[in-house]
Amino acid sequence: MVPQDLRYTKDHEWVRIEGDMATVGITDYAAEQLGDIVFVELPELGRSVTQFTAVGVIESVKAVSDLFAPVSGEVVDSNAELSDAPEMLNSDPYGKGWMLRLKLADLSQADALMDATAYEALTAEA
Amino acid sequence: MAQSHDAPLATPLADRHAARGARMVEFGGWLMPLQYTGILEEHRAVRTRAGVFDLSHMGELFVEGPDAAAALAHALTSDPAGLAVGRAHYSMICFPEGGILDDLIIYRLGDERFMVVANASNAGAVSDALTERLEGYRVILDDRSLATGLVALQGPRSAGVLAPLTDIALDELRYYAIADGNVAGVPALVARTGYTGEDGFEVFVDVAAAGTVWDAIFDAGAGAGVVPVGLGARDTLRLEAGMPLYGNELGRDTTPFEAGLGRVVKLDKPGDFVGRAALEKAHAEGPRKKLVGLVVRGRGIARHGYEVFAGDRRTGTVTSGTLSPTLGEPIAMAYVTPSDAEPGTIVSVGIRDQRVPAQVVPLPFYRRPV
Repeated sequence: MVPQDLRYTKDHEWVRIEGDMATVGITDYAAEQLGDIVFVELPELGRSVTQFTAVGVIESVKAVSDLFAPVSGEVVDSNAELSDAPEMLNSDPYGKGWMLRLKLADLSQADALMDATAYEALTAEA
Repeated sequence: MAQSHDAPLATPLADRHAARGARMVEFGGWLMPLQYTGILEEHRAVRTRAGVFDLSHMGELFVEGPDAAAALAHALTSDPAGLAVGRAHYSMICFPEGGILDDLIIYRLGDERFMVVANASNAGAVSDALTERLEGYRVILDDRSLATGLVALQGPRSAGVLAPLTDIALDELRYYAIADGNVAGVPALVARTGYTGEDGFEVFVDVAAAGTVWDAIFDAGAGAGVVPVGLGARDTLRLEAGMPLYGNELGRDTTPFEAGLGRVVKLDKPGDFVGRAALEKAHAEGPRKKLVGLVVRGRGIARHGYEVFAGDRRTGTVTSGTLSPTLGEPIAMAYVTPSDAEPGTIVSVGIRDQRVPAQVVPLPFYRRPV
């Protein structure tokens, strides 16, 4: 069961919306698929990101994967602890493994994302 | 016999991997376990305790007859005539142009009997090449790859786990030696060789007995914390140990000298061997590129195919790279221009749109504690 209060993308990112702020991470399904995560590269503060474009990199032992922005906005915070402890994406992807905070450009974008039920259906089929 | 199967082959241990929920991957025409619990955990288990590998995909070719040593000396770069019975050495089989067809371990099982162990991805090509090269010698080539199962036990606790299971005296089995006996009640060849940089054993058995040996090692090793280890950790372990991988560091466009493995080319052995003329020329002219170890000094992981620069000048390419679980730093192997190969040299690696500093270091990155 994924957290019920979040929205999800088909690229396995989650978003928590609080007013016009979004917190972003990857799901436990994504972390499980990636395997042990050993390196994370996040966009710099102040950067404007566009929904569904690649904004960062998540590297596992064997592979490099893109991090996609689930919504458009301005990067106002990123999780500096992931630099020394990328494994938090594996151990606590919805909590300590949060990745970015964005100031939303368009509040309606989040509504178009999947809810928990739809995301669970997606990953059940996989 | 060339392998040209459409679907990947299953090893004799496929059901065991499935039972453990292993994530499987296709490799060299076989369906192999990539990981069980996770690459980092499996890697650390081998460095601190012991891990068990299913290597049944590897090729095992037996060469037997009065001319066996001479025939192999002609076919390969090394001189198997110099091997004592019960000993092994690392070797290569090269193309006539001097490039590498495969890297091998040759085990001498008798005066007139050798076992050649080839990489899974090249087993068919090695078999074909040996068939051709052994022509005219009084030998038979018996490709037993599909009839042989191989279970490797690697790590500091290996000997303690394996000893009660075998009649072979492991304390008398030196590194790069091989002995004939029983393991878990089945006939086996036990070699003290491996691809991890740890002490360990490779146990060759009839394919039908592989499951018995696998199960017995886990039963005996439960108290020692023995775990199964997949190809993911096999790759990070060998990279830390500075060992080359065919397809990455070794290939048709590379001579053994360029890979820093000139010691396997015995130019002073008697008689011709396939590739001699090209390798003598290569040796005389010096390498066009040199294999080095790199530690990345900035933020980023250097990976296969990434470009290496000395200042603004392109100097080479990364062949393998990862985050070293033991060192906690990104490590890589790369070919560079020989003048940039001196340990200590600062280079940079193109990682996405950045040039990240890295330093040339001697191989291996890791040596097991004595």
